[in-house]
Amino acid sequence: MGNGKDSMTLAHGSGGRLSHELIEGIFRKRFANPILAQGDDAAEFGIQNSEFRMAYTTDSYVIKPLFFPGGDIGKLAVCGTVNDLAMKGAVPLHLSAGFIIEEGFALDRLERIVDSMAAAAREAEVDIVTGDTKVVEKGGCDGLFVNTSGIGLIPPGVAVSGANARPGDAVIVSGTIGDHSVAVMNARHGFGLSGDLASDVAPLAGLVAAMLAVGGIRALRDPTRGGLATALNEIALQSGVRIGIEEQAVPVRPQVRGACEMLGLDPLYAANEGKLVAVVEAGRAEPVLRAMRRHSYGRDAALIGKIEAGPPGVALLTPLGTRRPLLMLEGEALPRIC
Amino acid sequence: MCLAIPAKIESITDGRADVDIRGLKKRIGLALLPGAQVGDFVLLHAGFAIQRIDPAEAEETYRLLEQTGITVT
Amino acid sequence: MSGLDLEKYRDPALARKLVARIAALATAPASLMEVCGTHTMAISQFGIRGLIPKAVRLLSGPGCPVCVTSLGDIDRMIAIARQPGVVLATFGDMVRVPGSAGSLAAARAAGADVRVVYSALDALRIAVEQPAKQVVFAGVGFETTSPTIAATVIEARDRGVGNFSVYPAFKLVPPALEAILSGGRVGIDGFLLPGHVSAIIGSRPYRFIAEQHGVPCVIAGFEPLDILEAIALLLEQRAGAAGASVQNEYSRSVPEQGNPDALKILEQVFQPVDAMWRAIGTIPRSGLGFRPAFARFDAARLFDIAAAPASEPDGCRCGQVMMGLIQPDQCGHFGKTCTPSDPVGPCMVSSEGACAAWFKYGVTA
Repeated sequence: MGNGKDSMTLAHGSGGRLSHELIEGIFRKRFANPILAQGDDAAEFGIQNSEFRMAYTTDSYVIKPLFFPGGDIGKLAVCGTVNDLAMKGAVPLHLSAGFIIEEGFALDRLERIVDSMAAAAREAEVDIVTGDTKVVEKGGCDGLFVNTSGIGLIPPGVAVSGANARPGDAVIVSGTIGDHSVAVMNARHGFGLSGDLASDVAPLAGLVAAMLAVGGIRALRDPTRGGLATALNEIALQSGVRIGIEEQAVPVRPQVRGACEMLGLDPLYAANEGKLVAVVEAGRAEPVLRAMRRHSYGRDAALIGKIEAGPPGVALLTPLGTRRPLLMLEGEALPRIC
Repeated sequence: MCLAIPAKIESITDGRADVDIRGLKKRIGLALLPGAQVGDFVLLHAGFAIQRIDPAEAEETYRLLEQTGITVT
Repeated sequence: MSGLDLEKYRDPALARKLVARIAALATAPASLMEVCGTHTMAISQFGIRGLIPKAVRLLSGPGCPVCVTSLGDIDRMIAIARQPGVVLATFGDMVRVPGSAGSLAAARAAGADVRVVYSALDALRIAVEQPAKQVVFAGVGFETTSPTIAATVIEARDRGVGNFSVYPAFKLVPPALEAILSGGRVGIDGFLLPGHVSAIIGSRPYRFIAEQHGVPCVIAGFEPLDILEAIALLLEQRAGAAGASVQNEYSRSVPEQGNPDALKILEQVFQPVDAMWRAIGTIPRSGLGFRPAFARFDAARLFDIAAAPASEPDGCRCGQVMMGLIQPDQCGHFGKTCTPSDPVGPCMVSSEGACAAWFKYGVTA
């Protein structure tokens, strides 16, 4: 009711359609340049006198609670940026870290967060080489916000972009979806679910390297905010193709399915922080899948659909055998009870 | 309206039941279904067991479904 | 879950058999109303409209609690949320529903303490943990939900929790169906009745629909095969010589008498009152208010807030959608000026509102 028209709403930050409209309407047209126009998770550009190309990305992290089963804001901030680089086929090199911290924030919590960033950086084989800290007065931010930027090198011969999907290609997801979203939501709202629920937050550069070694990788995307449905729609739009997905082929852990059913949420729209969706040349799909399943972050990798010709969009084959459009996330997903 | 899902009662203490939902555990209110017992399948809605789910009736309905299409020509 | 296998209620082969049976029965156009928003969601999510013959039209009914919560009630809940020292606890469904100026989400952005809970019990827990706060639960829902809140109020009384209250905006299903039928403007050939409301109230309160109005009724579960079977049963009732009746497809969860223990608790705390349904109007004895013995839990009384008269946005046809008079895409706002992220009316806000379900699942008539 006019809410979304003249001021920011949370839906603008949900990663769904309004986020896209915000980027197009405010940022992209003012910052217009050919690199920004690529529209991938990281920008790609050449380096003088080198066969390597550079990938560059930045992301800010705000999450409630700061600590959640499976991780914390620090691990998230390192993995998120590493993954954005990896989705370009880049080998991540260096990260920066900027902190905005609220007056009164406990130092031991800050130490835990920074320890966890250091551990995640070690695992991802990147160094955090520069940083910044600002402290704002109480109420100026909610506890602690982190920004990380990262650079990586794209080896010669690697050309991965959301714009490269072609009809006939296979669509693969690297594992179960929805784990992060459900674990964080349960922790945030105190829904009282206990048991095997944890964020999947993980650095995916190693998995991507294993996939690139097989070859045939056309597009990669990490389905974070907005979930798998939104990531697939982004690829469909960028490549101008139709994507056919089989709902029953998409891996979802039973516990996550149970929580989603209880809360009226759709796992296809739930955020992930340690998963990727890949578009792979049809002939390489099987070997790529095998390579993924050998990697600890790709054990549950599954073929979930294929690229088709037709107007850009995503079509979902339901368990009932019907096909319906699968659209981008609309607004922030909230539990539905009554 | 009224999202409700199956849950299985694993234990009962002080008017609350600990239930299993596809492998997850949750403590729910039993005030609306005081006769519920350990092992029962119940419908869980908004934190309460609101009704029993009868597995025999579920089977019977499904059996009737399976016979469908035969009566219509 | 061992001992209870509901996955098979999604079997595609059996669905095809049911569709064939429906096709054979759909010899004349039929308009069937699914009363419940969760049915609306399931129908859209599984693409059931695309499966059944065009002659069978599925109309969405008034069974989306947040869609029918009146503007005045939403405005008062927002006003309560803005009071100092108040925690307003609500189901996620309510957060984005627009009042006449803003929503609970907007109030939260402006500093109000609005918390999403799964259960009224969670709101009671907040009250116990934060005795200095007044915790107000936004009481929306039909007969499925209101007993859970009645039970929570009784628990608050028994535990002596003084800082917990409920703003009652509950609705009752049978009076709304009576209003639709006596409106007489829409030809409804059958009702797909809400399974989880029926789990509480049983099948008897719907008998007047079949007996006095001659309209077939089937209480249905929420799996795709439940819904297809219920459609087939409705068409069979229409074709049969026996006349209309209330059949129960969802017998695994709906005994004929419903849940008498839940009804007893509901009646102990609440009593029927006239209620305003958003975009529809006032329906006699279609809501629930506190009984005098529980008046101290009544947030509407504790916070005496008068809401300014408010009117629905121009051109919004949610009322007609919820009464089954039009399909969502017949509204000029639908998908153009009204989308889930920038809604005009309530049916586009709640994810189970008819308009939102049509939009999200790309349904076209």
